[in-house]
Amino acid sequence: MTTTSAPQTRAPRAVRRLGDRLFAGSARGAGIAILLVLAGVAGFLVVDSIPALVAPPQDVPGGEGVAAYIAPLLFGTVLAAAIAVVVATPLGVAIALFLTHYAPRRLAHGLGYVVDLLAAIPSIVYGFWGIFWLAPRLVPFYEWAEEHLGFLPFFAGPASATGRTMLTAGLVLAVMILPIVSAISREVFSQVPTLHREAALALGATRWEMIRLAVLPYGRSGVIGGAMLGLGRALGETLAIALVLSVSAGTVTFNLISSTNPSTIAANIALQFPESSGIDVNTLIASGLALFVVTLAVNVIARAVVNRRADFSGAN
Amino acid sequence: MAKRIDISDLNIFYGNFRAVADVTVSIEPRSVTALIGPSGCGKSTFLRSINRMHEVLPGARVEGKVAMDGQDLYGPDVDPVDVRRQVGMVFQRPNPFPTMSIYDNVAAGIRLNARKMSKTDLDALVERSLQGANLWREVRDRLNRPASGLSGGQQQRLCIARAIAVEPDVLLMDEPASALDPISTLAIEDLMTELKERFTIVVVTHNMQQAARVSEQTGFFNLSAAGQPGRLIEFNSTEKIFSNPDEKATEDYISGRFG
Repeated sequence: MTTTSAPQTRAPRAVRRLGDRLFAGSARGAGIAILLVLAGVAGFLVVDSIPALVAPPQDVPGGEGVAAYIAPLLFGTVLAAAIAVVVATPLGVAIALFLTHYAPRRLAHGLGYVVDLLAAIPSIVYGFWGIFWLAPRLVPFYEWAEEHLGFLPFFAGPASATGRTMLTAGLVLAVMILPIVSAISREVFSQVPTLHREAALALGATRWEMIRLAVLPYGRSGVIGGAMLGLGRALGETLAIALVLSVSAGTVTFNLISSTNPSTIAANIALQFPESSGIDVNTLIASGLALFVVTLAVNVIARAVVNRRADFSGAN
Repeated sequence: MAKRIDISDLNIFYGNFRAVADVTVSIEPRSVTALIGPSGCGKSTFLRSINRMHEVLPGARVEGKVAMDGQDLYGPDVDPVDVRRQVGMVFQRPNPFPTMSIYDNVAAGIRLNARKMSKTDLDALVERSLQGANLWREVRDRLNRPASGLSGGQQQRLCIARAIAVEPDVLLMDEPASALDPISTLAIEDLMTELKERFTIVVVTHNMQQAARVSEQTGFFNLSAAGQPGRLIEFNSTEKIFSNPDEKATEDYISGRFG
């Protein structure tokens, strides 16, 4: 420090090839584009909701202000998506474990393909399937649940005669997000290093113990990620819900088997938009903003959950 | 504790391919037995047949007999899971469970065996195992930190601690130091010398100086040509193998005139 002081010598500029510069530039551009699109969508939602947010409550549909209009929709959205994730996650993980660790290789290949195919079915088809096939078949179960499990708020009844209930909608969503959850889980489970699996087996682990010791911990963040992707799709699903769910505006209830249900934000927008104008449209956009915020919050929370034990993730 | 292993007429197959042929050998308890030989000669396959780990690959099977103190490891009603609880294994690359703490890694085997153990007893066992692996003094302040934060050599000693925590009869080591620097290698070799008081140790190594330093007995595996099964060419005291082997092939291999 004291003897060598040569401020005039600069570090030589690293040689940067044209190809590297081009690639770095285009990659950076793509990264920035994502942020711009996201900011653009958020900006549009905010700007176009402002008229509804500042309007006098009686002008907003429902007549009690934007918050009172959106709250039941938000509740319905989260409830339907929550049912879907609660049902689909364990099922998806089980499917993925079966395909990666139990099924014979050839069967696993074919079966995995079938599960992936579920993702390619358009949501309108799920809607029709839900309303014409699944809903009527669930009615006897709902009647049974009302009679025997009626003490739980979820099954308070009266049981819907058509089966077009919140639970049916949640189950249709569960089937829709199942391929997402199981495909991502399968991917991470199949990437568990042989080293980790052999470590467990060499200790005298049975196959299930090996899965518990090595596979599930390694795949944990991937499973959470898959569930969150599924949740994202379930929150935003429009057509299937719009078809299946029998709604009554402004309802807030945990009763999953009656014909009186809250709608969801996306389904409500799809159903109301064609007949809306002026402030009604702004109200719908405000509900879209609420959905955007919830989805963002879900992702942030999921990320925080995954990162909380990043030290133990096995990625280091 | 420390059982002897008698292997007779062992043939190991992957599907239709015979990887190892006609091995007959006895491995003494409370000693280190080294297996040397060129890559692909079946010594790792042979090692993994002693705790039935090779069965993890589909299509793998054996013919012949592996007996531990007279108990046939391939008997009709022997569960490979039970075999692996008696025959511990340390792998070439350190493989602690990355999602577990140092403490939980050592305790993993005990918890698998579902032995009910009080917290104090488990603490004592973890400490004893880590001391047995010469790792205790380095990690005692951070037992709850992830195992993946340790250096490679420390991770390998952690794997040894994990393997000896369940008190196996035999400890198999598949090139345990080949991914480590010379200082960590020395630590592992010292450890083998200590552990052979309590366990039967079989170690596969590519490092002939290592075989000469740590083992009492050495087996030399070779194969006559690619696609042919590996065979145990010579099994003798380490001293004899490295000074005056019976077989010409052994002498060629250890003196570097191979092929």
